[in-house]
Order: sequence, then C-alpha cells, then structure tokens
Amino acid sequence: MRRYFGRKLLIYGLTFFAAVTINWLIPRLMPGDPVASMVSRANLAQPEAVAAMQAYYTGLFGLDLPAWQQYLNFWGALLRGDLGISIWLFPTPVADVITRAVPYTLGLLVPAILLSWWAGNRFGAFAARRRLLDNTVLPVGYILTATPYMWLAILLAWGLGIVAGVFPVAGGYSYAMRPNLSWEFVGSLALHWFLPFLSLFLVAFGGWAIGMRNMIIYELEADYSSYLSALGAPQRLIRRYAFRNAVLPQITGLALQLGVLVAGALVTEVVFSYPGLGSLILKAIQNQDFFLLQGVFLFIVIGVLVANFVIDIVYVLVDPRTRAGMGAEA
Amino acid sequence: MTLKVEDLRVYYRTLKGDVKALDGVTFSLADGEIMGLAGESGSGKSTLGKSLIRLDGRMRHIGGSAELDGKDLPVGDTHAMNPFRFHEVSLIPQYAMSAMNPTRKIGRMVDELLRSRGVAPMRQELERRVGLVGLSADVLDRYPIELSGGMKQRMVMVISTLLNPSLLIADEVTSALDVSSQKAVAKTLLEFRDRDLVKSMIVVTHDISLVYQIADTIMVMYAGKLAEKATADVIVSAPRHPYTQALISSLPEVGVRYEERRLQGIPGRPPSLLDPPKGCRFRSRCPLAFERCAEEPPFAEVAPGHSVACWKAV
Repeated sequence: MRRYFGRKLLIYGLTFFAAVTINWLIPRLMPGDPVASMVSRANLAQPEAVAAMQAYYTGLFGLDLPAWQQYLNFWGALLRGDLGISIWLFPTPVADVITRAVPYTLGLLVPAILLSWWAGNRFGAFAARRRLLDNTVLPVGYILTATPYMWLAILLAWGLGIVAGVFPVAGGYSYAMRPNLSWEFVGSLALHWFLPFLSLFLVAFGGWAIGMRNMIIYELEADYSSYLSALGAPQRLIRRYAFRNAVLPQITGLALQLGVLVAGALVTEVVFSYPGLGSLILKAIQNQDFFLLQGVFLFIVIGVLVANFVIDIVYVLVDPRTRAGMGAEA
Repeated sequence: MTLKVEDLRVYYRTLKGDVKALDGVTFSLADGEIMGLAGESGSGKSTLGKSLIRLDGRMRHIGGSAELDGKDLPVGDTHAMNPFRFHEVSLIPQYAMSAMNPTRKIGRMVDELLRSRGVAPMRQELERRVGLVGLSADVLDRYPIELSGGMKQRMVMVISTLLNPSLLIADEVTSALDVSSQKAVAKTLLEFRDRDLVKSMIVVTHDISLVYQIADTIMVMYAGKLAEKATADVIVSAPRHPYTQALISSLPEVGVRYEERRLQGIPGRPPSLLDPPKGCRFRSRCPLAFERCAEEPPFAEVAPGHSVACWKAV
C-alpha cells in the first residue's frame, strides 16, 4: 500500500515539476513585451522618462536577468509561496488576484462536475435496456455532448437571458451591487450563477449518460449477470451489481474530464463575463501578464493533480482489482 | 422419475431464418441418475441444457414440455420459470471462471443472492459445503480474482448446488480446466449426487472419455436430435447408432501407437440446421445408409434402457 502511493506521489511530483516548467515557459514564448505595454499605458512624452520607467519595471520583475536565472528565481519564489506581482493589476500581488477569482470558479465547476457526473450516471443506468428511454436519451445525449460549451452557453444566454429575460447574461453578481453578506447579494449571485452552471452541466451530463448506458449494457451481458439470471436473481440485484461495476471506468473518466472542464469553464466564463479564473486567463493573455498567467496555470495544475490523486484513492477503495495490483501488503 | 422431456423444440432466431437447434427431443431422467449429454459443436446439447433453466435472448421455445418431479416446468416462460431456478433446477455454467461478480467478496455475493431469492443466509452450511469441495472457508472473504481457475470452478459448483436442486445442469464444466482439475471436478459432481445434495444431473460435454467415468447413462445428440441413449458402458462398448460408433472409434485409445495408423475422424460435416434434410440427419455421412433412411427413424427402445434412432438398429 505504501509503495503504491509512494510511486503515485513520485509520478505526481514529476508531473508537477514538468507542468510548472511549461507554465513558466509559455508566457515567455508569447510575442510582445509586457513592460513596453505597461509603459505605454502611462502615456509618457519624454523619452528619458520612458527609458527610466522601462529600466525600473524590467528590474522590478527581474526580466533583465538571463533566462536560467529567471527560472531559478521563479522556483525559489514559488517555494516561498510568492507568485509575484500582477502586471495588469499592478501592484496587486498575483496571489490576491487569484484568491478573489477562485471562489467563483470553484463554485461553478465543483457542482457542475459532480452533479452532472452523478445525474448522468444515474440516468444513463436507468435508461439502458429500457426501449422507450433508450431511444430518446441516446440521441439527446449525443447532441448534448457534441455541443461546444460556448455555443450552448450562447444559446442559453440568448434564450433564457435575452428572449425570456429570466436570467442575467453577464457578471458574477449585479453590476449595481458591491459584494456584501446580505440575502439580496446571495440571491443575485445565485441568479448569475445559474446559466453558466447549466451550460457546463448539460454538456457534461450528456456525455456521462451515454457512457454509463453503454457500460451498463456491457455489464448486463457479462457472465456474472447471466449466471445470476440463471439462478433466478431479480433484475434489481443484477442491475445493482452492473451499476457498481460500470461506474468504475466512469470514475477514471471523471478524472480525465476535470482537465477538460477547466478549459470548458474558461469559454463559459468568457461568454458570461463570469469573474472566475477563466476570465483571468483571458485578461492575463491580453495584457501579457506573465505572472498572473503563471499563477492561474499553477492553480489549475494543482487542481487537476489533487483531483486525480483523490480519484486514485477512491479507486483503490471501490475496486478490489487495483488492490490486488499493489502486491501482497494490500 | 425426476425429469421428463417431451418433444422439446427450441429454435434460434436469426436473420436468415430459424436455426432448429433442438428439434423434438424426448427423454427422461431417473432419480439419482447422472446423464452425460454428448455430441459435437452445434449438435444442440448446450441448447438442451440451457433450455431447461433459462433461454437466452435469441432462443425461442417452439413446442414440447418438460416435467420435473411431477410438476410442469414452464421452460418457455422466463417469468414463470423463476421460482424453479436455483431451488429446483440449477446450472453450473460453461463460464465458471467469470461467473462471479468481480467486485464483491464471494461470501457477501452469496448472501445477497440468497436473500434476493427469499432464503435466509446460511453461512455455516456454506462453509461446510466449501470444505466439501476442498476449499478453506476463508475463500468466502476473498474476491473472485484472488482464486485460481480451479478454485473458482469449485466455488461456483458450491453456489449452484447450495439449495439442493432436484436437477443440476453442468454445461461443459471441465472444458477450461487442465486434466488433473478435470478429474477433481468430475469426482466432485459424483460426490454431490452421492451425498444427496443433487437428485439428478445432466453433464453436457464433448468429452466422452471424461463423462464415462462419472455418468450412469450417456445420451448422444446429432444435429438437433437424439441419436442414442444407454448406460455409459453400453455406449462405449456396444453402441448401436452409426454416429455413436464413429464417435467412439475416433477417440484415441491407451496403448495404441498412432504413428502408422492415423486417428480416424468422421468424414463430412453436420447439416445446416437452418433447413435440415428430411429423414435421418446423419444419412449423408453414414456408411450404412440405405433407402429407408429418407424416412425419419423413431427414437426407439431396442433393449431395456437402450434407445436408438436408427433403422439399422431396430
């Protein structure tokens, strides 16, 4: 058991190292110069002032050092918990910018991922081998999964937001409010949350339902199902076993989907101008904000790795076959 | 008389038409009888075994009846058949290696199965039976993957016979095992009968030499029909049906060297069951065939306990 998790942790460590290195590299490969854009924002007339400012900012962000030195400094700062200062929102520290956005993204993603997984699996399992439902669920499911997030998001925003006027189409809360702890504000949050949530939920739901339906049919054809039927076991028991076994690959699928959903959240957040990490990424790229971009990517990497690790543990708990693979200590 | 089967017909529905896999089969099985059911692939032996407990999705009950211990066995009605399954008729499937749910501990799976059939869990009896087939009681706390092939096979045998069924159908139980395990499994089947855990048994197999060691009688099938039924000794030493004769003579014998003399098979191949020929179905391959074989021979008793479907044997 310890060896198994030791090995897993090592792999996660290596992945983390590689991912963070790439995160550091990618913004630096982008065309454009962040300092130049910052200086141009200041609208200075005299060339000396421009030069002085340029020198000041370059030194401040450490961009005058050779690349390997920058890279080492970056790791040093990272290990101290320092993510640097945002260029776009200068001089706010990147950590603060991210902390402000994270609750929105998590509040959107976690319920969308978990609820769609739960509901999709339940529904797919229920529909499998029930002719009427099967004939309706399958096409609807295929349409839903094949729909790009942003397109569905735009449709929803147009239909429910603009035509029906039920839900607001932009922002995390009403533009007329300041964040505070009142029922009114919470209500506004919920109202703004609903459409982005729904678009993420629906797309993922279709995928899970289809996957589960196919898996359940496969399990119902399995030998242990035929044996139980031959011994007269009721369908209820057989379906229960089939569900439990069919859900195992879906757990792996959940881990894989997490990474994709973060990207899905990005476009959804952009469509609905939702103030989460997705919008931050867009803003960071537009403003060549290396440090903010690094910070957000770092957060996503950690999120995906942690989620995968949790799933690894869950898998060991629910599938005896993985335990056997770990050796005698299990 | 435990089991009486009367003119049983079961067809497979395919796109090209009905495959007449079981085409009018009549026989009976006595209390305590172990009957070997032999034949080549496609002879209908597995179909017969399955149709006595559960027709799979493509199988259709066309006609005929079965009677078990004086009660009518509703073989054509999946739903009405359910009370009989496990309690009265049970099955050791061909796929014993994968017959148990991989994600449940065996003991728990058996408990859940029993409870779903309205039987109180019987841990003690289960442990006794597990001991009987030479497994230790702690296999019940293991998952199926932690057992070897032979152990799984024996475990499935215990599960299938737990409720002391009147009729046990063992479908190719030894096919996936090595020779030493085959012998152990055959002995266990014999012991089940001798200890009265099972009243009578149909052992479906293509391995006549193995079933000869445990069976009281052997029934040979050919192309969806019965060819011959007699005691195991008679079938092996004095078969009357030309097909049985050919089948027995194509078995290798101990002590004979086959270097010079190649082992003879049966020339030709069995007829298509989509549209089987009229009359005797073995006619085209039979060395003894004559004009009368165009009529269908009855499955008639030629000696006490010995029935043959052949004009030459009558």
